Amino acid sequence: MVKKIKNLKEFSLSNDRFEGANLMCPGCSHNIIVREVLNATDDPVIVATATGCLEVCTAVYPKTSWDVSWIHIGFENAAVAAATVSAAYEVMKKKGKLPPATQKMVDEGKEPKIVAFAGDGGTYDIGFQSLSGAFERGHNFMYVCLDNEVYANTGGQRSSSTPIGASTTTSPAGSVSYGEKMMKKSMVEIMADHGAPYVAQVSPSKWKDLVKKVQKGFEVYGPVYINAQSACTTEWKHAPEDTIEVSDLGVDSCVWPLYEIINERDEHGIIYSTKLNITYRPKKKIPVEEYLAAQPRFRHLFKPENRHIIDLWQKAVDARWEYLQRREEAGV
Amino acid sequence: MAKDLKEIKDINEIKDLGWDELIPGAALFSFTEPVEDVVEVPMDERPYAATNSHEWQVGDWRVEKPVYNRDLCIDCQFCWVFCPDMSILSRDKKMIGVIYEHCKGCGICVEVCPTNPKSLLMFPEHTDNNEALAMWPKKEEKK
Repeated sequence: MVKKIKNLKEFSLSNDRFEGANLMCPGCSHNIIVREVLNATDDPVIVATATGCLEVCTAVYPKTSWDVSWIHIGFENAAVAAATVSAAYEVMKKKGKLPPATQKMVDEGKEPKIVAFAGDGGTYDIGFQSLSGAFERGHNFMYVCLDNEVYANTGGQRSSSTPIGASTTTSPAGSVSYGEKMMKKSMVEIMADHGAPYVAQVSPSKWKDLVKKVQKGFEVYGPVYINAQSACTTEWKHAPEDTIEVSDLGVDSCVWPLYEIINERDEHGIIYSTKLNITYRPKKKIPVEEYLAAQPRFRHLFKPENRHIIDLWQKAVDARWEYLQRREEAGV
Repeated sequence: MAKDLKEIKDINEIKDLGWDELIPGAALFSFTEPVEDVVEVPMDERPYAATNSHEWQVGDWRVEKPVYNRDLCIDCQFCWVFCPDMSILSRDKKMIGVIYEHCKGCGICVEVCPTNPKSLLMFPEHTDNNEALAMWPKKEEKK
């Protein structure tokens, strides 16, 4: 059943199924994303969480912050855990062996939704093989990547999602280096090329766009990938109260474009058509410099000897925005 | 003697115990009794178990606390949707107040508040809420 959410007031009637007094940092985006995803539906949700900030902070023995069924699994296999739950559910449903309480909900039209949460480390790097496998087999679940562009839980090491110029503990900026050398992977396109029926990029600051995309993802049958921007106060080093502002700057400067890719794919994995939609166009595209200036992890780029990296950033972002617009126009 | 979580009814019994004083690997339950559909039950009516983090508190992390001014609020719910800690209490489309046990004092609610002057402001933790309301700033003129 699709929950009707017309405006924020209506959305605020949702009863949270994620509890407070967890140990996430003050001002963490992860919590905002998890809340928005869980509140996007009134159906029962089964969550699998890979190791990462979200897992270690919401399940500190002997406490739990989850009011939904929750599985903690290793760093590398959140996607497989979710896929397995999905496969088991389908078999039990087919054989009529669902527990009575679940069966009752299904009869009322409340199909359980299966969601995997993982950070960018558990998605871009460590969890990639199991994620790729689950998407290739076409299980019915949603995978949400909480992308804070660093291994924040273990002390801020670079991941393959860390963008160029960021100072992390394994790519520190100093007199000989300007920080991370590589631009981040374009994970959304990689997942879309698996033939997933729905793939989208979201930001928690644009809550309506996020909720709409999550609802669309719940409606389609098959693996769904959602890449969520998650500003990290600890590793991006901005003040906790600026989380939403930094997210907005990312969206408005097109560093974090909001778009979706819809694939028409059959059960053999053959893709018949692909369509990319840009769901949010900034009224005024702001320079990338403003986004970088808001985060002290890029502070060193404003030194005269590193200014060329800012120009490189702008070039990369412009090229990507141009590419997305061209794809949208061509309908591919 | 390690304690079994199933026997614990009161949160104070486990609050000060170390990890080695609890039976490892015990299943943690969110509620004391089965809840048919959690989404239908508002937060303040749920039968929380002592092992649900809702029963614990992180309020002592704060240096500054948000104070809420009902007279200025327009119930836009921006603070509700962007609060990372489920600490903004909202019922029937109306903002009621802040859950101080869960608020970590990040200040996002104050940043996103659109009214002029703001209906949520940060005050030092020791300030009395009524005193804070008495020294609320006046409307800022647009330049």
